Amino acid sequence: MNFDFSDDAKALRDQARRFLDERAGAAVARKAMDGDAPYDAELWTSVVELGWTAARVPEAHGGIGLSAEEACVLAEEVGRSLIPVPFVSTLMATEALLLAGSEAQQARWLPGIADGSVIATVGWAEGDAASPATTRGVRAEGGRLSGTKVPVPDLQGARLAIVSAAGRDGPSLHLVDLEGPGITIEAAPTLDLVRRHGRLTLDGAAAEPLGDAAAFHAWLDRAAVLSAWEAIGTGTVAMEMAVAYAKERVAFGQKIGRYQGVKHKCADMYVKLELARAHAMHGAWAMATDAPELGQAAAAARVAALDALKFAAEENVQLHGGIGFTWESDCQFYYRRNRQIAFALGSRAWWADRLVRTLERRNARAA
Amino acid sequence: MDFNDTPTEAEYRAKVRAWLADAAAKYKDMPDAEGRNAEFVRRSKDWQKTKHDAGYTGITWPKAMGGQGLTPMHSIIFSQEESKTAAPTGLYAIGLGMCIPTVFTHGNPEVIQRFVPKALEGGEIWCQLFSEPAAGSDLAGIRTRAVRDGDDWVINGQKVWTTNAHLCDYGIIVTRTDPSKPKHKGLTMFIVDMHAPGVEARPLKQMSGGADFNEVFFTDVRVPDSWRLGEVGDGWKVALTTLMHERLAVGGKPRHSPDYNTLIDVARQIDTEMGPAIEATHVRQKIADVYLADEGIKLTQMRALSALSKGQIPGAEQSISKVVVAKNMQDMAAFALDLSEAAGFMTDGGGSDLERLRASYMWSAGLRIAGGTDEILRNIIAERVLGLPGDLRPDKDTPFNEAKPL
Repeated sequence: MNFDFSDDAKALRDQARRFLDERAGAAVARKAMDGDAPYDAELWTSVVELGWTAARVPEAHGGIGLSAEEACVLAEEVGRSLIPVPFVSTLMATEALLLAGSEAQQARWLPGIADGSVIATVGWAEGDAASPATTRGVRAEGGRLSGTKVPVPDLQGARLAIVSAAGRDGPSLHLVDLEGPGITIEAAPTLDLVRRHGRLTLDGAAAEPLGDAAAFHAWLDRAAVLSAWEAIGTGTVAMEMAVAYAKERVAFGQKIGRYQGVKHKCADMYVKLELARAHAMHGAWAMATDAPELGQAAAAARVAALDALKFAAEENVQLHGGIGFTWESDCQFYYRRNRQIAFALGSRAWWADRLVRTLERRNARAA
Repeated sequence: MDFNDTPTEAEYRAKVRAWLADAAAKYKDMPDAEGRNAEFVRRSKDWQKTKHDAGYTGITWPKAMGGQGLTPMHSIIFSQEESKTAAPTGLYAIGLGMCIPTVFTHGNPEVIQRFVPKALEGGEIWCQLFSEPAAGSDLAGIRTRAVRDGDDWVINGQKVWTTNAHLCDYGIIVTRTDPSKPKHKGLTMFIVDMHAPGVEARPLKQMSGGADFNEVFFTDVRVPDSWRLGEVGDGWKVALTTLMHERLAVGGKPRHSPDYNTLIDVARQIDTEMGPAIEATHVRQKIADVYLADEGIKLTQMRALSALSKGQIPGAEQSISKVVVAKNMQDMAAFALDLSEAAGFMTDGGGSDLERLRASYMWSAGLRIAGGTDEILRNIIAERVLGLPGDLRPDKDTPFNEAKPL
């Protein structure tokens, strides 16, 4: 049994951690929050030079052709660092192209993604849509899209948007070149002040279908695994922050970490994160091997990771007490990012239900 | 990543499987003897001897101790395959898993020679005599006294929660030999003959109704000094050897426990005025929660197995197992019984799922305490994994017989 990341993936993780520890983190996120730029261009250049955007792109399209395991470790490290660059959005778009793109579509977009000249994102949300499966506002007609997607992460600065549009069998994905006509991009303020979101208004914008409705759902599973790793990274740092503070802060003549009311919360953060990690590893395995368990593993990974992140982000503020609630404290970044990741692919409740549907289908097949 | 055996593991598994197919076949058609009765003991002894003769006992033990000198993976593979048969298991888990490794780590050569081979082939059954009415989580607070008398020690006191004491031949017992020392410093460990005069094992009826454990009373029980394990006053250190082995043993879900699939089945059969229970949002959310705990722990165990398979020591993630399993069992059972309304409450029917759920609800309350309470396990995670400071222990450096509670 080898239920562990490959040595290559671990080496990439170590390299990414060293880079991000040095160049990113809460202070850099704060700078981004205080600025106006959609992302940190200098850091993005470094990320591209490190080959992260090329990691999943096949060699034939100018990439490195690494496996899903490498994508997962990068998502976790990026999640830890809060680095203000559109990496996760581009990675999720890359997965959609790999999964559903025709040869021509891949040849058109993947080389640019690999060399960093194309920033890409995926948008499914329509303000009040209940879940990724129920969007109806954006419709395709004769190769053109109309409607509004909001909020779309990392939209400003992106060249390619992959958006879902209503279809006969449910929503499916479409490629939209954001430099074409019929496109309006505006800022869409959200709770996350570091990862910027936009409102994408499509008015007969040229679009190409990217796979069918089934491909959209297959992409959701892959994206869920990546988002789980990102959530685990972010949640783990929130836990580390809480633990570090509990070792320092004194109350009633003791380090607060001695109190069981405090230390048991830290232990619970660890328990939830390790459970999530186990499911996310299952997801990474299923994604890397195209296993039939992917649907089940991906939904479980996302739900477990959202639970762990939410708990760690909330209790991190709580453990810091008053200082944690100030604007100056870094607690807010994890607290706010928790909402971003929770929204990003549909709610915890929707994914939990999707998990149970997957289990029911599996049990019905077995019966 | 993969979930496959390595070639060496696969070879061993095939060998074990082939041997079991033949050796354990006879148990398949025997009537159930799960209770702690004489038939269970007879079968267990017979099976242990069969395994011993074939070289499947003491798999990870050193060869010098009569073991096979193989890796933990070999042992796990054997257990996995054995559990698929109807062969009796469990009677030797504590003795061979915890007591005898303590004996061969800390006992003198004569003691090892006398006890280890006999235990391994199943001739003698062992128990662990640690917990007392006033010392559970705080094990170092035990009060059972051992007093030196010539070449012997004389033991007086009471132990509790001793598994299978009434079936056992020997036990390892931690005693207080010097109450004037601080509590961790005045302890000494011995081997004790469970058939000696003055030893009385009484069944301890649990709140769930069964009696899987005992209280054991010691009245002037004599033990030779040569049966001491470790130095006088080193009992805490010796006990840690045993507990290290305990943590590997306790933690998994009891076999045949209900799981998320049970909850799915129960919910499918229940109609509410809102429609089938399985369609209710709160039921589906609960099924997901139970799946996350059940499968999350299985996957976590696979991470540990992967480390073992590579010859590494499993990471700290293993420590989350019992704290998740026990509480999840309790919550899931309560939820399913709630859904079942009166049928979940009445104990005379409702089918096998409900019967298992009621049993699981009752048993889980004990599982949250056994082998480290939920609270102690959280302390361990916080202190050993996350490096948080330990609780203040006001009695730690005070002589045991002078310590007063705050």
